Amino acid sequence: MVKVVFTDHAGSEQSVEVATGVSIMEAAVSNGISGIDADCGGSCSCATCHVYVDKAWLGKLDAMNPDEDAMLGLSTDRQDNSRLSCQIRLRDELDGIAVTTPEFQF
Amino acid sequence: MSDSIVNEEIDRRPESKWSMVGKDPYSMPLEKIDLAHPGIWQENEFLPFLKRLREEAPVHYCAESATGPYWSVTKYKDIMEVDTSPHIYSSEPTIGIVDAYEQFTIPSFISMDPPKHDEQRRVVQGVVAPTNLKALEGLIRQRAQTILDGLPIGEEFDWVERVSIELTTQMLATLFDFPFEDRHKLTYWSDVATAIPGGGIIDNNEQRWAAMEDCLATFTRLWNERINAEPGNDLISMLAHGEATKNMPPMEYLGNILLLIVGGNDTTRNSITGGVLALNQFPEEYDKLRSDHSLIPNMVSEIIRWQTPLAYMRRTAKVDTVLNGQQIKKGEKVIMWYASGNQDDEVIENPERMIVDRPNARQHLSFGFGLHRCMGNRLAEMQLRIVWEEIMQRFERIEVVGEPERIYSSFVKGYAKMNVVLHPKKAA
Repeated sequence: MVKVVFTDHAGSEQSVEVATGVSIMEAAVSNGISGIDADCGGSCSCATCHVYVDKAWLGKLDAMNPDEDAMLGLSTDRQDNSRLSCQIRLRDELDGIAVTTPEFQF
Repeated sequence: MSDSIVNEEIDRRPESKWSMVGKDPYSMPLEKIDLAHPGIWQENEFLPFLKRLREEAPVHYCAESATGPYWSVTKYKDIMEVDTSPHIYSSEPTIGIVDAYEQFTIPSFISMDPPKHDEQRRVVQGVVAPTNLKALEGLIRQRAQTILDGLPIGEEFDWVERVSIELTTQMLATLFDFPFEDRHKLTYWSDVATAIPGGGIIDNNEQRWAAMEDCLATFTRLWNERINAEPGNDLISMLAHGEATKNMPPMEYLGNILLLIVGGNDTTRNSITGGVLALNQFPEEYDKLRSDHSLIPNMVSEIIRWQTPLAYMRRTAKVDTVLNGQQIKKGEKVIMWYASGNQDDEVIENPERMIVDRPNARQHLSFGFGLHRCMGNRLAEMQLRIVWEEIMQRFERIEVVGEPERIYSSFVKGYAKMNVVLHPKKAA
């Protein structure tokens, strides 16, 4: 099992434990974490599972593919640590990863 | 005016030989099914045709139609594949089914591929981003309240004209900072831009062009005003001052303005009307809503699915490709029928029903997916949420009287008129 720590835009924190192999988006949706809509169901084609990844964890992630980069490009709230959480598969090395959800998904 | 604009040979009139109105969807030859003719859409006969294609020919070639040959894609997962593969399926030259003269050949970013699409869209999307919308919520609510408070109780009136059009037009005027007293011009231009000659709004394409020239002249005046002022938060100011758009040729400016007018007008308008109709068709859903107003946000997504205010988007194959077993050649038209994907029971259970508390209601196709996903989706959802919150404060029931009149179009799926009678909430 891998732990994911979600912080919402107002600062309130919730942790969930999920099996390796699922995405951060799925971890959020299956545990009722609010702030992630995931309208396209995880196919990297809507940008409504946008999260800000804690900078300490950024280096451990696989580089984003061009599709994710393009979809994030349509967000008005993109920052350097923006990722689509459906594209981050949880592995043992990511145990404890911390992400913040934006105020709005767009 | 370009001659290519006037092309009346494409016979899409109601009496055209291409109409499928009144025909049995299951006994006609499969290859004769032509979803692009507006007749079955206006007469509300389209669902069994879509169902047959999903079952028997999910990627279907229509070789002969008034609008030329095209592929119809009707299953949810195939539509998703086309929508998310812009390197295979291009949005250029147009996203409408007719080539050469139709509304969207006036260039705008909906009919561009990356990178130009991304650059132009980025300039204007801020105005409809949730952060900006938060500031607009109070104003939208106030305007919705004024409109609803002015409606007659217990007597028949046209909901489309008094509520759906009025609310969306006021909102558009706000987003453009358009002269408020002239706002009905926006509705007119929106209707004309997508109208089919002979379908009731215009008789020919000259009339369309006269209206479009007036539209361009008006927006050019506003552009000149805004470019000489400090950058503002309205759409015209954003276009006039934006790096990627400030040197736009006039026709491209017109195209982007029309895109924003049509995108922000017809679609939300028809979803406001469609929601009322759906709750009348499914009274037990109306009961659920009456007993729990917190279902409104979920219901809004479900209404947008059930209505599917734009029936399709077109792509054009950039290369030879294969989709669900069918060989598609470079240059062929591929129509993604969102109105069908949203009825695909492999993905959506009991799709013909509008279910206010449907699980995963947000996973509908009405906004499209991928780079061209509807830019105004959050504005649309907010308008619908607010109008329903305010409706439920005031009325026990909005009763639809008779059948609504539907629009003559296979693209804009909506209502020209729908009479209703309001029943006020009983005093507590």
